[in-house]
Amino acid sequence: MPNVFVWVDQFGGRALPVSWEAIGVARNLADGGTVTALVFGSGVGNVVTLALHYGADRVIACDDATLADFRLEPYAALLSKLVAEHKPDIVIGGASTRGRELIAAAAADADSALLADVTDIKAEGGKLVATRPVYSGKVISTVEAALSRTVFVTVRSRAFAAPEPNSARTGEVLNVPPVLSEDQITTKVVGFEETKGAVNLTDASIIVTGGRAVGSAEGFAPVRELADVLGGAVGATRAAVDAGYIPYAHQVGQTGKVVSPNLYIAAGVSGSIQHQAGMRTSKIIVAINKDPDAPIFKIAQYGIVGDLFKVLPALSAAFREKLGK
Amino acid sequence: MSIVTFIKSTPDTAAKVEVNAQGAVSWGTAQLVLNPWDEYSVTEAVLLKEAHKVKTTAISIGGEANNDALKQALAIGIDEAVRVWGDGMDGHDSLVYAAAAAGAVRKLGDVSLILFGKEFADVQTDAHVYQVARKLGWTALGAVSKIVAIDFAAKTITVARMTEEGKQTLTAKLPAVVAVLKDINEPKSPSFIGIRKASKATIPVWSPADVGLNVSTLAHVTAYANPPARGGAVQIIDGATDAERAAKLVEKLLAEKVI
Repeated sequence: MPNVFVWVDQFGGRALPVSWEAIGVARNLADGGTVTALVFGSGVGNVVTLALHYGADRVIACDDATLADFRLEPYAALLSKLVAEHKPDIVIGGASTRGRELIAAAAADADSALLADVTDIKAEGGKLVATRPVYSGKVISTVEAALSRTVFVTVRSRAFAAPEPNSARTGEVLNVPPVLSEDQITTKVVGFEETKGAVNLTDASIIVTGGRAVGSAEGFAPVRELADVLGGAVGATRAAVDAGYIPYAHQVGQTGKVVSPNLYIAAGVSGSIQHQAGMRTSKIIVAINKDPDAPIFKIAQYGIVGDLFKVLPALSAAFREKLGK
Repeated sequence: MSIVTFIKSTPDTAAKVEVNAQGAVSWGTAQLVLNPWDEYSVTEAVLLKEAHKVKTTAISIGGEANNDALKQALAIGIDEAVRVWGDGMDGHDSLVYAAAAAGAVRKLGDVSLILFGKEFADVQTDAHVYQVARKLGWTALGAVSKIVAIDFAAKTITVARMTEEGKQTLTAKLPAVVAVLKDINEPKSPSFIGIRKASKATIPVWSPADVGLNVSTLAHVTAYANPPARGGAVQIIDGATDAERAAKLVEKLLAEKVI
């Protein structure tokens, strides 16, 4: 029965959903072993409680001002010390920006195997066997590592179901001190600018994306409107980003974000192979394009051949009516 | 004071890549190109070289196919290129990559900054970036959209970093490892003189022993498969008006239970 550590990625006292998905993966792999959630930050008491609700047996928490902002140095030093002391069989984190950095760093500190950004994983014959997409999702690879020493894993957002939280669940909470003091940390955070109206694309269950055909920054208005009605996030193609219509943070595709929502509505998106690399695992793809021969229709379940400036407002109105908004 | 950028040759992102009957990944006759993310790190290295008069070296850890990427980097303006490869490195994992890369940086000596593109587009990994930093004991700054300031003499760097929530500004000490995003610059193209220089360059190959490689692969790729095809043909929603088509589509999507 493996003992599993799960690092819970949080920002400002709110955990990223992928952290709960990681606890679900840990529960399955532990197969009766102990699942320990690791919560680092400042003012993270609520995250500690939720980690237990989502299925952790116990929590190791480090609540300290030096950990308020994620910085790799103090986070990696702490995680590596805990791994060296407790020798878990598996360490899992979400493949978020921070998770990718931290879990990789700790794997290097421990000279251990890393299975990164996996979309499926199981324990089998003393090994962890995982699948991960490569070549922009055009190929699926199987990777494995022996459980004879700690194996580190990051899990892709939305690839695994999050467990149902149970508010009756409790568990032991072990509070530990940080490893590095502020004067030992060379990285300093000197500024932060929150992305306005940010809905994290990789966590979004609905994404409405505009392509080159939106034509201007103002042209994104109907895209945003539909995203708002659906409670979704706004995506963009590289062409729209490079044309300066919308910031890079919204880009989906090869040189942007890789997303996997339940519903992906592509408006005025031709559907280049590089764009498909970022969204082809979406559950339902809807294409709206004037050109009936646009490649996007080849991977969509539903399509409307038409002008996005007419179709999107019509969709927003129809959804508003149905959803009572 | 010098800058190293680690780069790789990857199949053109527009190439049709598939797993063949032998179970190997094949991209047919498509060209290998400089990893798309490395266009930004190479360009950033050249921009810093021009502004700060520091030496730049491009390193690939991999087989001969990477000479294409290295020559491309030289043509864009990188001063020197090195390739690290040898027996026992085939099918290496990120840890072996990191140990080899750290060894190459130690062998070069006097490196202030290592630049990486966000990830390798073929294997879709970025773990090596952070693992190289840990093997060297340097600070790692990932998801960097701008180098706001850098002072090689004072050994300081300020960067803007893009996370899920917004833009963070950080200061750190050099030497450091930085992974850059697409937003950081407009990639440079090779110059005519650069292409001539690159065509004449011979690229030295350092062996695993040269870089003091002392770890072996623990995470093994055992198989490749083609992803399941996206099912069925597209259902085009017809109707006399946009409103009618929109209403039909909304019904379908509500029935799919994705909203």
